[in-house]
Amino acid sequence: MAQHPEHGAHEAHDSHEAHGSLKSYVIGFVFSLVLTAIPLIVVLNDMLEGTAATVVLLGSAILQFVVQLFFFMHLKEEGKPRYNLMVLILGLIIVLTIVGGSIWIMANNQVA
Amino acid sequence: MASSGKPIISAPSHGVEQGHEEHHDLEGLRMMGFWIFLITDCILFGTLFATFVVLSDSTAGGLTGADLFEMPGVIAETFILLTSSFTSGLAVLSMNRGDRKGLIGWLAVTVLLGASFITLEITEFVNLVHEGAAISTSAFWSAFYTLVGTHGLHVSIGLVWMISIMLQLKRHGINSVTRRKVNIISLYWHFLDVVWIFVFTIVYLMEVM
Repeated sequence: MAQHPEHGAHEAHDSHEAHGSLKSYVIGFVFSLVLTAIPLIVVLNDMLEGTAATVVLLGSAILQFVVQLFFFMHLKEEGKPRYNLMVLILGLIIVLTIVGGSIWIMANNQVA
Repeated sequence: MASSGKPIISAPSHGVEQGHEEHHDLEGLRMMGFWIFLITDCILFGTLFATFVVLSDSTAGGLTGADLFEMPGVIAETFILLTSSFTSGLAVLSMNRGDRKGLIGWLAVTVLLGASFITLEITEFVNLVHEGAAISTSAFWSAFYTLVGTHGLHVSIGLVWMISIMLQLKRHGINSVTRRKVNIISLYWHFLDVVWIFVFTIVYLMEVM
């Protein structure tokens, strides 16, 4: 990138858009800090129990994942066709199948 | 170039710019290849998480995670890694401004934070083994050390990698190749942060809960 001087200004503008701004990184960082603090406060103060706590904990982690994807990894700014997104979705389907499937099978397979 | 920093396939261009375009396409393709690697790494961690969750009660009547986990250290590790993810982003921003000093500086900060993360993690492992929870103690601890250790190994490799990119930046400056390398290492670093968030939540918080 940016090897041709005549394209310098244009390229700088492009990469600025492509890789976010200081503002978007700071917003992402603040979001991550908050999303880390929420489950911590919940667990350390024993505020929730059972299913509710699990939902809050996993929900914060997934939101944190989304924040990192959009604010830090620039998933949204990908050009078309969106191969990165497609590969990501395929990967998530595989991961969910492996994790969900393992837990489901093994939960019904306890040698008590 | 296309509107994104990482066009995957752009229309073939003709004329004088062709050589440059092809070179650029190649760098874009390498970014794409790394992205695919990250997704396969996701699958690796997915299987390790599945194993951990399935074995989370299999402590063979011995010590559990809730007995031994020292949360202050883990919380420190979490915020350190989170901050290092942010500073690796700041490194990319410096690069986009063409600021090589800022770029190397922020990469150095990221390396320092990553090194403190690894130090804390090794300290934690040593303490756990001293308290009687080694990798062979029970299925739970085997799954624990495999999952957390694999993440730690990724971070350690990332540190060596980042230092070597800093050396290349010192020697060659910011060009299309080093630019792609910095983009890739920062992507890798954000990815490791994401994995750690799940380790923190599923391994530590849910065990202690």
